[in-house]
Amino acid sequence: MQELVDHPTTEAQVELIRSGKSLRSEEMTINMGPQHPSTHGVFRVELVLDGEQVVDAIPHLGYLHRCFEKHTEAMTYPQVIPYCDRMDYLGAMNNDWGYALAVEQLMGVQVSEKVEYIRVIVGELNRIASHLVGGIGTYGLDVGAFTPFLYCFRDREIILNIFEKLCGARLLYNYVWVGGLSHDIYPTFLDEIESFCGQFRNTIREVNELLTGNKIFTTRTKKVGVITKEVAINYGISGPMLRASGVKWDIRRDDRYSIYDRFDFEIPIGNDNDGALIGDCYNRYWVRMREMEESLRIVEQAVRDCRKTPTLMQGDVQKDVPKRIKPASGEIYSRTETSKGELGFYIISANGTNPYRVKVRPPCFVNLSILPDATRGYYVADLIAIMGSFDFVMGEVDR
Amino acid sequence: MGLLNKLDNIESFETGNFVFSTVESLLNWGRLSSIWQMGFGLACCAIEFMAANASNFDMMRFGVIPRPSPRHSDVIIISGTVTLKMATRVKRLYEQMPDPKYVISMGSCSNCGGPYWEHGYHVLKGVDRVIPVDVYVPGCPPRPEALLEGLIRLRDKVRHQSLSKA
Repeated sequence: MQELVDHPTTEAQVELIRSGKSLRSEEMTINMGPQHPSTHGVFRVELVLDGEQVVDAIPHLGYLHRCFEKHTEAMTYPQVIPYCDRMDYLGAMNNDWGYALAVEQLMGVQVSEKVEYIRVIVGELNRIASHLVGGIGTYGLDVGAFTPFLYCFRDREIILNIFEKLCGARLLYNYVWVGGLSHDIYPTFLDEIESFCGQFRNTIREVNELLTGNKIFTTRTKKVGVITKEVAINYGISGPMLRASGVKWDIRRDDRYSIYDRFDFEIPIGNDNDGALIGDCYNRYWVRMREMEESLRIVEQAVRDCRKTPTLMQGDVQKDVPKRIKPASGEIYSRTETSKGELGFYIISANGTNPYRVKVRPPCFVNLSILPDATRGYYVADLIAIMGSFDFVMGEVDR
Repeated sequence: MGLLNKLDNIESFETGNFVFSTVESLLNWGRLSSIWQMGFGLACCAIEFMAANASNFDMMRFGVIPRPSPRHSDVIIISGTVTLKMATRVKRLYEQMPDPKYVISMGSCSNCGGPYWEHGYHVLKGVDRVIPVDVYVPGCPPRPEALLEGLIRLRDKVRHQSLSKA
């Protein structure tokens, strides 16, 4: 492959452009967003350009600030869950789970095996659905590939149909409750998941054929938006973005919660297929593709366990739901791995039915903070590829 | 000529190639069959809106094509929570659209503030406080079928609009 343009990635080189010693044109400030098809919501960036090259990208937030933390203070503990859904609306199950886990730890509630298994299954299915939209479907759209988007949405509908039968909602579920679940599983739940797992590997192969080896796609994503390991750690980014930079860090494995210690799964890190690991857009895309396979493995193992011990799927899912949720005074920080990264909930209880304070550590907000650093020196057209590979959801950034 | 038969006040001859219609119904037919929408997502509803555009629901069969610019588009679908900061931008986008223009308000948030109506100090309680809305689609978020129904209602509205009376 032809060597891509030597992007000035260091401060010194940017200074060189600015000082006028290199070929230089007038700096131009351009506004991108909040209405832009590729900003994945209402995100606005102020771009300082030198010709086609990005000298600086100044993000402006707050176009979707929906007062989450204010709402939590006015709501009772269970009433907060629907608002958690609406933070990261691509992976609503995982958000519910994170919040429910935090409150359970605060109250010392232990949930039953059955609930844990169902939570793992729906959580991992939701992770697949989220990657299908954010990490792969619309990412292909951003860099000009329309067909994979349609394939991804076709299979996402299967997952959504399962969820809809489970809890009546397609997108925002309010399914994982403190101490249990809102609905029991329906009789053919496991069968449908098995049939989904059987055909989904085929879809992964199709998307690989359409996108992963596509010359146009690789040219637009390889060696673009490089984030080195050190920079990634210093910014505190998490999730697939961190793993794409070569850090094997996954809370499901490194700070275990629920029953993830029972399953055998790998933590994929970025791999360029040529052996080079540089933390570019392609690595981030590839980590998400691999992660879907690993999620599928977890789901398959969980379903197999449920089949092996038929007593596992018996019992009431709301058995452990506390009659009155009123934790004693205290505070808790609990974190889970969502499809975007580390989602943390810091809850302070003042012995009331409402939380005294809930602070969210959203993965998308932290991941987005690296944007100016990651885009500096690249071209405007690359900016779309870079922003798309971050897979951020503005609902979670602004809250 | 299958589609033209659906026009109001139409007459055609068995042997000839003449079609009679009024200018009004012809224009309306043209308009309702190619409603170009603005590719513009705000919040959670935008995901269902994308799903409506994608494989299973295929909104394009109604002639709805996403356009990146307000200057190309006929309908703006307000898909999600409009915050106070965003409200001025929504109004500006609406004003940039050429006439005739239509607005579909998708989801509870843009209808009335939705779950954020009480404590959402930064949420606009209904996009109709800023721009005129033609069709309200309820739901949080509405299913893609509900959005399609909203679109069909909009087509009905366009079909019966009058040139002389605004």
